[in-house]
Amino acid sequence: MMRIPLRSSSRFTDKIFKIGAAIAGTYVLAIIVLIVINLVTGSAPIWQQEGISFLTGSDWNSVEGRESYGAAPYILGTFVTAGIAMAIGVPISTGIAMFLSELAPKMMRTPLSLIIELLAAVPSVIYGLWGLFVFRLYLKDWIETPLHNIFGDNSIIFSGNPFGLDIFTASVVLAIMIIPTISSISREIMLAVPNSQREAAYMLGATKWEVFRLAVIPYSKSGLIGAAILGLGRAVGETMAVTMLVGNATGAAAFPQSLFQPGQTMASIMANEFAEASQGGLHIAALIGIGLILFIVALAINMVAHLLVARVVKSHEGAVQV
Amino acid sequence: MITVEQRAEFRKHFRYNVNRRLLVDKIVKGVVFGCVVIAIIPLGSILVEVFTNGSAALSLEFLTQIPGAVGTGEGGIGPAIQGTIVLIGMSSLIGVPVGVMGGIFLSEYGNNRYGRTIRFFNDVIAEFPTIVIGIFAFVMIVLTVGNFSVWAGTFALSIIMLPIITRTTEESLKLVPITYREAGFALGIKRWAVITKIILIQAKSGLVTGILLAVARVAGETAPLIFTILGSSQFMSGFDGPIDALPLRIWRLSSLPYDSAVAQGWGAALVLILIVLSINIGVRYVLLRKHRGSRFKMFRGAQ
Repeated sequence: MMRIPLRSSSRFTDKIFKIGAAIAGTYVLAIIVLIVINLVTGSAPIWQQEGISFLTGSDWNSVEGRESYGAAPYILGTFVTAGIAMAIGVPISTGIAMFLSELAPKMMRTPLSLIIELLAAVPSVIYGLWGLFVFRLYLKDWIETPLHNIFGDNSIIFSGNPFGLDIFTASVVLAIMIIPTISSISREIMLAVPNSQREAAYMLGATKWEVFRLAVIPYSKSGLIGAAILGLGRAVGETMAVTMLVGNATGAAAFPQSLFQPGQTMASIMANEFAEASQGGLHIAALIGIGLILFIVALAINMVAHLLVARVVKSHEGAVQV
Repeated sequence: MITVEQRAEFRKHFRYNVNRRLLVDKIVKGVVFGCVVIAIIPLGSILVEVFTNGSAALSLEFLTQIPGAVGTGEGGIGPAIQGTIVLIGMSSLIGVPVGVMGGIFLSEYGNNRYGRTIRFFNDVIAEFPTIVIGIFAFVMIVLTVGNFSVWAGTFALSIIMLPIITRTTEESLKLVPITYREAGFALGIKRWAVITKIILIQAKSGLVTGILLAVARVAGETAPLIFTILGSSQFMSGFDGPIDALPLRIWRLSSLPYDSAVAQGWGAALVLILIVLSINIGVRYVLLRKHRGSRFKMFRGAQ
């Protein structure tokens, strides 16, 4: 039998419990504030030394006495890899979401969406391992080399020797990693579209595709954009798989030019160079500074995405009304 | 009046139009199904490769020994397995109570502007790049204290766990019918007792789900560990020293230029993927049977 105290507790227990819960809830806010404070103080030396040229410069030299740091190639590299990943991932994810919400027979829906969600559960480092020793070779032989042979060195984006450790491989693996994120949220959003919208279109004689195009998409547009931006947020911050595949160029060489050249992203340079950076030096401050930039970028992306998604999917709102 | 010729003309146009639309519909259906297949192929390939390459490395010695000299292919991943277990346990000690209490706050007291703010930032930080959290823990703990430690890793991982647990707790508490609360209040039971003794018990399975999914996610995290626990080839020496972890060991092994190291990396990957996927599949299977048709949403996966 469950025992429920009726009078044994003092008048204040309720208050204390509520305050305890409020403190636990506030913890998240405190962490965000602490992240900002720590990253700003930790990266202060680099801002003092480099100023705004830390954002715009491309030198990356950690030799003592000639130290110079510029993060521009990595910022650009982050957006290029994430952008290519979005270009591949968003159409495929939207297709998957459409299949799962509109077309798939009832029997298949749950197992299929479970399988898609399992893709999201695979740890990033295993994507990296698989990309490095399996996927890279297929990509190199079947896609990169033919493209390189067709377009040759004169075309800018396909120039360079296709070796597999480059921006293209990293972007494709990133695309695979963001597909489950985008498709599961998009599916939720499409399921939130009222059936009356679909029925109205069916009544006019629309085919499944026309129902999707004329009834579902206009209704869920902002949510679908939000889902894509959430995928962008994940692509921007993804570390391990990119670190293992992007090729790790530094300095001006890391400016993304050709798809088949090594690049570098903000997250990957932090993971790569951390072991070499001495504690307390300018090098580590530069890496923390990149962390601060990544923090601001990710915060902005995630906030926009959540505002857009929340407008469509209302289920995660409010508390219990007593 | 419409002449016979005109009517035939209309019909021709109509047929052409309908046939074209049906064709487009078929093409789109095919393309969309193709998308699903494209997404499933990598999962299949990863599982096949990890199982075939990894099972060759598995042995009792591999699971329990410390790593041998670099390049010899001897030794194992004992410290890494120990480290992952220690880190999961320690970060759960912080993440679970704070996360559950936070979820209680959002679900039971969070119907105001403050609650909405916390809910929003909780969602935002749930999708956050974990490497940023890693470097934050590095600045806050490692730089202050002066050495890499289990504490720093625990702190970083607990921040990653927290929003997942908070959100699943909130969602599952909100699934408990309002009448349960009203019945409790009608009996004169205090609010905290209603919440802990009635609502939490009802929402038990949802809570456990959230905690397990958070554990599965944290088990696969690499990026924050680089900055906090550093990695080590010995068993744990204490909470204020470095420690090894499975994802970190996989990364280190995969960057070595020896085939034997890579083979060990696949073996470690097999152990890790078995932990992560068995938790995920088990939890979702149980959940599916229990909450069939409810609006309970599973939390989005790992990074």
